[in-house]
Amino acid sequence: MADALQGPREPAPAAVKAVSPWKTLRRLLVYLIKNHPVRLVLVMVCILVSALAGVAGSLFIGTLIDKYITPLLGHPNPSFTPLLHAVGIMAVIYYIGVLASFAQARMMIVISQDTQRDIRDDMFSHMQTLPIKFFDTHSYGDLMSRYTNDTDTLRQMLSQSIPQMLLSVITIVVVFFAMLHVSTWLTGLVIVVVAIALLASRRISSKSSVYFKQQQATLGEANGYIEEMINGQKVVKVFSREPQTLDRFADLNNRLFDSSSNANKYANILMPVMINMGNIQFVLVAVVGGLIAVSGSSHLTLGAIASFLQLSRSFSMPINQVSQQVNSVIQALAGAERIFTLLDAEPEGDTGYVTLVKARRIGEELAETNERTGLWAWKHPHSAGGVTYTELTGDVRFEEVDFGYAPGKLVLHDITLYATTGEKVAFVGSTGAGKTTLTNLINRFYDIEDGKIRYDGINITKIRKADLRRSLGMVLQDTNLFTGTIRENIRYGRPEATDEEILAAARMTNADNFIKMLPDGYDTVLSNDGSELSQGQRQLIAIARAAVADPPVMILDEATSSIDTRTEAIVQKGMDSLMKGRTVFVIAHRLSTVRNSDVIMVMEHGRIIERGPHDYLMSLHGTYYQLYTGAFELQ
Amino acid sequence: MLYKLLKPIREYKRNAIIGPFFVALEVVMDVIIPYLMAKIIDIGIARSDTRAIWIIGIGLFISAVLSLVFGIISGRNAAVASSGLAKNLRQDMYRNIQTFSFGNIDKYSAPSLITRLTTDVANVQNAFQMLLRILVRAPLMLVFSLLMAFKVNADLSLVFLATAPVLAVGLFFIVHHIEPIFQKVLRTYDRLNTVVRENLRGIRVVKAYVREDFETDKFKTVSNSIYLDYSRAEKLLAINQPLMQFCLYTCMLLLSWIGAHLIVSNSMSTGQLMGLITYAMQILNSLMMLSMVLMMVTMSRASAERIVEILDEKAQIHNPDNPITTVKDGSVRFVNVDFGYGGSERAMALQGVNLDIEAGKVIGVIGGTGSGKSTLVSLIPRLYDVTRGEVRVGGVDVRAYDLKTLRDAVAMVLQKNVLFSGTVRSNLLWGNENATDDEIREACRLAQADSFIEAMQQGYDAPVEQGGSNFSGGQRQRLTIARALLKKPKVLILDDSTSALDSKTDEAVRDGLRTKLPGVTQFIIAQRISQVMHADAILVLDCGKVDGYGSHDQLVEENTIYREMFRSQMRIGDDTTMEDAKGEAEKSGTGTSVRQEALADAAH
Repeated sequence: MADALQGPREPAPAAVKAVSPWKTLRRLLVYLIKNHPVRLVLVMVCILVSALAGVAGSLFIGTLIDKYITPLLGHPNPSFTPLLHAVGIMAVIYYIGVLASFAQARMMIVISQDTQRDIRDDMFSHMQTLPIKFFDTHSYGDLMSRYTNDTDTLRQMLSQSIPQMLLSVITIVVVFFAMLHVSTWLTGLVIVVVAIALLASRRISSKSSVYFKQQQATLGEANGYIEEMINGQKVVKVFSREPQTLDRFADLNNRLFDSSSNANKYANILMPVMINMGNIQFVLVAVVGGLIAVSGSSHLTLGAIASFLQLSRSFSMPINQVSQQVNSVIQALAGAERIFTLLDAEPEGDTGYVTLVKARRIGEELAETNERTGLWAWKHPHSAGGVTYTELTGDVRFEEVDFGYAPGKLVLHDITLYATTGEKVAFVGSTGAGKTTLTNLINRFYDIEDGKIRYDGINITKIRKADLRRSLGMVLQDTNLFTGTIRENIRYGRPEATDEEILAAARMTNADNFIKMLPDGYDTVLSNDGSELSQGQRQLIAIARAAVADPPVMILDEATSSIDTRTEAIVQKGMDSLMKGRTVFVIAHRLSTVRNSDVIMVMEHGRIIERGPHDYLMSLHGTYYQLYTGAFELQ
Repeated sequence: MLYKLLKPIREYKRNAIIGPFFVALEVVMDVIIPYLMAKIIDIGIARSDTRAIWIIGIGLFISAVLSLVFGIISGRNAAVASSGLAKNLRQDMYRNIQTFSFGNIDKYSAPSLITRLTTDVANVQNAFQMLLRILVRAPLMLVFSLLMAFKVNADLSLVFLATAPVLAVGLFFIVHHIEPIFQKVLRTYDRLNTVVRENLRGIRVVKAYVREDFETDKFKTVSNSIYLDYSRAEKLLAINQPLMQFCLYTCMLLLSWIGAHLIVSNSMSTGQLMGLITYAMQILNSLMMLSMVLMMVTMSRASAERIVEILDEKAQIHNPDNPITTVKDGSVRFVNVDFGYGGSERAMALQGVNLDIEAGKVIGVIGGTGSGKSTLVSLIPRLYDVTRGEVRVGGVDVRAYDLKTLRDAVAMVLQKNVLFSGTVRSNLLWGNENATDDEIREACRLAQADSFIEAMQQGYDAPVEQGGSNFSGGQRQRLTIARALLKKPKVLILDDSTSALDSKTDEAVRDGLRTKLPGVTQFIIAQRISQVMHADAILVLDCGKVDGYGSHDQLVEENTIYREMFRSQMRIGDDTTMEDAKGEAEKSGTGTSVRQEALADAAH
């Protein structure tokens, strides 16, 4: 059932570098002991109690026969009082065992569920602190599977595999000594049979694991084909290629059948083999035991044989279980390791101490206030004591900035530029020239290698990241919306915004026009990244989101995707009104935007090769001129 | 539903019968073994009869071996039967999907179809395998063990009638209550996945607006709701094992107490008591298995429903009887055409469309989002059937043609262009399997794809990754145009198929098509006026209706929508981005020289 619960699995994540599973296990145990010390001890006690109760049950049969039944045989007036006494004691032992295993299961659920939730929550909140670089280098599928598959197998291991293994091991040890106590010879016999059974099961599982691997491979192939073809099904129809795809599918499907039926054949054999090896062992014990008893060479009573038969059964069963659980424990530890690697990932550091505060002007001086005045200031505490306040105006300077995603491989070289308050700076250049990278340095998504970036005269490394980012608005090329209402999505820009402020932002950016046409207006629920809306509408919401944040500096990445011209004109107007009165960095794709910028930076291979206003650049007859005339080719 | 689901078992029916049959035999053996055990104790050991020990011992050994053999046979057959059912289900679904029309495909969406073909089939396969083995084994074991127990000692077996129902009621109560909780947990898991996925995709938005704490709270709420439900379900489930133990121990205590009396009063033997204890375990165990299996089967019910839905889906478009297999020419006529998706009368996508287009004409189609451009052209190759009216190609109603004939004659380049993994050549051959190298080259030349293909090291044998992800958007568009051209169609439809091309290449494609394919009727859907202004006629659509039809000059004079679009586009400028133009040139392998040429041309 636990398997069925996991539902469709994400593709298996690539193997992480191997750490010793013992290390992972130790870390996990430390984690558990730290969080649930009392429960863990109680669980161990409960497991021990229920194992002992089980063994006591098996031994009781022998006592019952030898002590309470055989002596009474042929007795004319048998007294059952001692038996009643014994049964009473057994009842107590049994029911204590039942209670112990119930308590154990309940406590284990609390431990495992708590652990699963805590680890899940820790992972997510830790993930929020990781630098953008981390997300660039990890696939979403891989990360997502840690929240579901990995935590699930971990929980299963904690709640099922480990207690069961403990129970099994304890039972095996106790039963082994109990068997030795009853008969050494028979114990030897049982060991031999169990060894043979284990060897057989080992062989079968190794055979079946070969086929299971084959099954995984063919399954991957078939599923890949299904995915590709179903996604292109309309093309298949347009080209009438149904027969050909059917042939190829039938071929893959047959191969999948072969490997899957082989794999399951071996897996299905395992259970009858183990059960019947148990049966054969039972027979051997009965026959050999019977013969020994009959020959009278040792004192093997009827009751002893009966006890032994029960014991031998409770010996081979847990051995089986342990060997089956080992695999799932190893799997779970691999998952735990992936979880720990995520938890160990280095968070983006923040040594900033300059904060952004609401400010009020008293004469020439700025002072901190609690009301929203529209005036903001950087609060700059000095090591020598004392605090200075600098007005937030949105003046951004790059001084000889170098940057590379990997050390030594620079993608931006020697960037120097100034954007004074209220200026509009446009970046143009081909894909990969470094425009987006450059804008990602301002909000410290990435940290520069060399040089300085100053914001209102303050080195941005001194500014607390959260405050720095709050002072910058961003509209990305790919719009990302969240599940929830349109209102919630716009409010994402500033959580404390009132409904009126949201409406005002939407009006200003032209988003209001289409939103109020929707049946539920601002309460329309978006899901799946807003797939209910058109591309242009989604962009308008993203623009309104930035508008509600109302930052002094905006970074805009204009969309290149083709939306129809009418919507595009509306989006453009929205962008324009957003830019008014702010310092704007814009990655420009549209010539109208480029033309009326205060300054245009033409970028190539991570360098600014030309800079200046439109007219000046045109007069240069350089790259900008060529780009501009080349694309602007309307006859 | 079960019937429909199991019908495709076909050639594996034999296995599906043999499997349970041998499970039954295996159960018989498993029930005989404790019976013989009782005998060996009573006759052999108790009476010190060595011969009896040997004889019964051998009998027992044979039973165990037989049980093993039966178990192996049933296991293998169950494996074949369930894998076979899965194979045939996939096959039947896939075959039926191939008959789906666009309307059917729209109804389900690709991801949903894929889940049904993969995960759902796997769920059913597992459930079926379990059904074949455990669902046969558990009840049989229950019945046989009870029968044998009664045979051994009817009075004492009443103990089972007292305890087994307690366990049964308890187990089924648990299963009944747990199933809906688990379903809820599954749904909440979906929500958790959504939160994580959106967070990962939008991490830059999250960080830009400093909403990390908000996101974490959102996650924790969902995470906690899973925790609460899951714990509730598991706590219920945790009653199972102790309940089972409770019943088993109670049985053993009762058996011991009453059994001792019976043995002492000589109405039962020690061996029989041992046998009864084994039967007790078997009976209670089978109840336990039964409850688990029932749970799993109910949980795979949703999967089964989704599969049957696909098997039952009827294609909306069929080949007609006695179809026409030749298309005379590329003339296209729309007569009073109304169309609504899914046959909907309320939201008509097209209304009262009348068009008469001679063979060989080039028609531009223009209009805003949702004006019905794509819808209109997809009626020509009969991707959808009209709700009312008639679409004629070559003077004949499209519904009278053989579908393959029609779709070979009407080549359509879809807006969402898809390439398949393979090579450039294997993708192009989709248009015509028997195309010669010359024909392929010619088609690529027309689509302006030859230069970048030939610039690649392996040329036409260069590998294409799934979805064509190793090619740029513009390259993919040109390849899909070439693929369509290889059909040598009489009607060619380009549905916004050159949007990623720079204007220079775009124009070269259009010019080539116009001059080199004189007899081919062409429909060009575009966003930009510049792409259609040289067509023989331009169709302006608005809200599913024809708003204007005529030459560029005519429309600028007479049509408001067209005039507005024309003016706004002239003002804003060509919205081809500068990057595209440049990126294209670089990716096409000829590097900057092409760009320089383009720029040089433009500078004139």
